[in-house]
Amino acid sequence: MSRKSPPSMVWRSIGQRLTLLLALIAAVLAVLSWWMVSSFAREAAERTQDNILVASATTIAEALRSEQGVIRLELPYSAFAMLGAIGEDRVFYRVAADGTVLTGYDDLIPPTLPQSPSDVVVSTLEFRGDPVRMVTVRRTVLAGQQPVPVMVSVAQTRAGVAEIGLGLSRTAGLLSVAFFALAVGLSAFAARSSLQPLNSFAQAVTRRGPSDLRPLRRRVPDELEPLQSSLNRLMERLGQSIRRSEEFIAEAAHRVRTPLATVRAQAELALHTVEKDSEREMLRRVIRAVDESSRSASQLLDHATVSFRADALAQERVDLGELAARVTASLRPTAEMKDISIRLDTAEDALVRGDAILLESALRNVLDNSVKYSPEETEIMVSLTRDEATWRLMVRDYGRGFSGEPLPELTGRFRRGRNVEKIVGSGLGLTIAEEVLQAHAGRLELSTPEDGAGACVALILPAA
Amino acid sequence: MRRVDLTRSLSAAIAYVLASLPLGAFEIEDRRQYPGTGPDMVRVISTADLDVFEPFLLRLQQEQPEIGIDYYVASSTEVHNAIRSGAAFDIAISSAMDLQFQLANDGYAQLYQSDVTDALPAWARWRDQVFAFTAEPAVAVISRARFEGLERPQTRQELIALLRAHPDIFDASVGTYDIRVSGLGYLFATQEARNSDTFWRLSELMGQQRAALYCCSAQMIDDVASGRLVMAYNVLGSYAVERIARDDRLEILELEDYSTVMLRTAFIPRTATQSEGAALFLDRLLREGLRQTPDAWVLPPLGAADQPESSTYGPIRLGPALLVYLDRLNREAFLSAWSDAMVQ
Repeated sequence: MSRKSPPSMVWRSIGQRLTLLLALIAAVLAVLSWWMVSSFAREAAERTQDNILVASATTIAEALRSEQGVIRLELPYSAFAMLGAIGEDRVFYRVAADGTVLTGYDDLIPPTLPQSPSDVVVSTLEFRGDPVRMVTVRRTVLAGQQPVPVMVSVAQTRAGVAEIGLGLSRTAGLLSVAFFALAVGLSAFAARSSLQPLNSFAQAVTRRGPSDLRPLRRRVPDELEPLQSSLNRLMERLGQSIRRSEEFIAEAAHRVRTPLATVRAQAELALHTVEKDSEREMLRRVIRAVDESSRSASQLLDHATVSFRADALAQERVDLGELAARVTASLRPTAEMKDISIRLDTAEDALVRGDAILLESALRNVLDNSVKYSPEETEIMVSLTRDEATWRLMVRDYGRGFSGEPLPELTGRFRRGRNVEKIVGSGLGLTIAEEVLQAHAGRLELSTPEDGAGACVALILPAA
Repeated sequence: MRRVDLTRSLSAAIAYVLASLPLGAFEIEDRRQYPGTGPDMVRVISTADLDVFEPFLLRLQQEQPEIGIDYYVASSTEVHNAIRSGAAFDIAISSAMDLQFQLANDGYAQLYQSDVTDALPAWARWRDQVFAFTAEPAVAVISRARFEGLERPQTRQELIALLRAHPDIFDASVGTYDIRVSGLGYLFATQEARNSDTFWRLSELMGQQRAALYCCSAQMIDDVASGRLVMAYNVLGSYAVERIARDDRLEILELEDYSTVMLRTAFIPRTATQSEGAALFLDRLLREGLRQTPDAWVLPPLGAADQPESSTYGPIRLGPALLVYLDRLNREAFLSAWSDAMVQ
C-alpha cells in the first residue's frame, strides 16, 4: 500500500500499533512484576532464614549458665533441629566468652560484635568455600563475680534460601508469562473496540452516494468530532464550489447561446443572398459549426440544470408518453434536415414521478445523440413499454453503434466513443441522461441490437 | 568395669597399617583387596566388617568385573579421622551417621547425583552428599541359657524391674557400648537419652551392676553366645540377626516401647580420585538400600525403617541436630554424666 515510504517508518494499521504498544507495556510490566515478586520472595526467604538463625542463636545463648565461676553450655537439641527446617544447609556455630572460644568452629569469626544484649548482628560472609548467613547474639553471664559477655554465632549456607527463591521466582515467571499473554489478548481486543467508531464512521462515509454532499450527523466519540466537522466543512465548501461552477457554466452557456442564435440567423440570411457555390458552402459550414456550438452550450446548460435540480428533486407526475411526443416533435426538424424519420410508438398512462424538465432533457439528449450519429435517410424508433414495475423508454437507431465499449466509460463526462471521428460533439449527452435517471432511481441501459446495426439506448424508470 | 578388648584388633591392624596406606594418620583394623580386570582400584574405608560386607563386594564384582576394590575396615572414629586428615579414599562408609554428617557439613564430601540417589527417600539423603543405605535398629541380645526361667521384658521399664529383681543373675553380666570409645555407641546413647528418661535410670542400674563395656557389637555378641554375658544392650541389630541365624544360643529381646534406628551412610570424599568407580560403587550400594528383599543381605534395606514395629520415632534424622552431641562441651557433659552413672 505504502510503496514509496520505507516500511519501518510507516504503521500500516493503528490497531496493530495500539496492540503492539500495549503488548510492549504489558511485557515491561510483566518483567517488572516478575523481578519484584522474585526479589520479594528472595527477601522473604532470607528474612525467614535470619529469623530462624536468630532463634537458634538465642536458644543457645539462653542455655548458657555459670557453675562455680565456670561458664557452662549444653547445646539445646532444638537450636540445631530448627536449622534443618529451611533446607539442607551446612551449619556452623561458635560460642566465645571474652575472646576465648568455648565451643564450635574456631575460625568462624563474626565481622562485628553486638554491643548490647538486645543487639543482633546479621552478616553475610564466605566460610569454608560457601557464602553463609551469620547471626551473632550477645549474653552476659556471671562468671564468679565478673560479668562476662558471651557471643553466640550461628551460621548457615544459603542453598535452601536460594532454592526457595528460585522456586518462587520460577512460579512468578510462569505467572508473568501468563499475565503477558492475557494482556496481549486484551490489548488486541481493546485496540479493536477502540477503533470500532472509526471504522463505522469510515463505512458511513463510504456508503454515501457519489453526489451526496449532505453534512454527516453521526454521534461520534469526542476524538472523531474534529474529523467529522472538518469533513462536513470540506463537503460544504466542495458543494458550494460545485454549485458555483455549475452556475458559472449555465451562465456561460446561456450567454453564448444568444449571440450564437444571432450569428446563425445572420448566416441564414447571408446564405440566401450569396450566389457563388463556394460561398454558400462556406456559410453552410458556419451554420453547422454554430449549430454544434449551440448544441454543446445547451448540453452544458442541461448538465448544470441536472446537477442543480437533482439535489432537490421535484416529485411531480410526468406522463412519459406525452414527454416522448414533445421531445420527438422538437427534434423532428433537425432530423428531417438529414432525411431521418423518427417513429414514435407510445403507450397510455405511462406515469412516473419526477422532474419533467430533467426527464425531458435526458430523452432529448439521447435522441439528439441518435440523430447526430445516424447516417442520412435512416430511421429512429422511439418506443415506450411497460416492464412489470418499470417503464422502458427506448431509442433505437441505425447509426454506428457503441462498438462494444462498457457503459461507464460512455457515460463519463466529456467522454466519447472510439468511433466518432469527424463528428463534432461534447460527450455530455449520455452523462446527462444517466445522471437524470440515477436521480430518479432509474437507470440507463446501452445495448447493441440483435441484428448488429445501430444502437439501443433504454431509459428505465420506476412506474409511479 | 571390664577392660576394653582392643588388643586383638589393634595388633591385627598394625600389619596392614605398614602396608601402602593412603595419606593421613589413622588406624585400620582390616584390609582386603579385590582386584578387578581393569587397572583402577576403588578405595573404600568402612566401619562394616569384611564378613558382613564381602557378599556385596563379590556381587558387585560379578556384575562389574573390571572394578577393583581396596577395602579398609576401621572404627567410626578412625573413618572420621581418615577423611578429616585428607586421606585419599573414594568411598567413606560409616555407621556413625553423626560423624558422617559432620564431615559433609564441614565440606569433606563431594556432591553426587544419579537416578539412584534421586530414588532415595528424602530422609535418607542430605544435600546430595550423604546417602543412607541401611536402617538398622539397636537391639538387646540375650543368652537363652542364662535367661532360663526369666520372663522376657516387653519394655525398658520391665527390663529395669527385672535387673533390679535379679542382681545375682545380672551382676557383671550385662554388656553395652563404651561410648567413650565407640562412635556408634555414643550415637545410640545420646539419641536414646533424648528420647526417653529411662536411659539414665537403665545406665545407673547397669553401672551399679558393674556392666561390661565394649568397643564393638561383634565382641559383645560373642560374649553373650559364650555365656559370659546374660544380655548385651544396644547391639547393632543387623549383626545380631546375622549371628542368631547360625547360633541358637542367642535371642533378640523384643523391646516394644521404642527402638533407636540408625542409618548407615556413605559418601564420596572430596579427596576421591576414582570418581567413576566411586559413582558405580555408590549407586550399586544404594540400590541395595532400596531393594525389596530384606533377606538378600545381612544389612537391612531402608524399607525396614518403614515397618511400624521397628521404630516409634523413625530413624535418627539426618540433619544439623546431629551436630549437637558432637559439640565438645556437650560431649564432655554427656560423657561425664554417663561415666557418673556407669563407672561407679
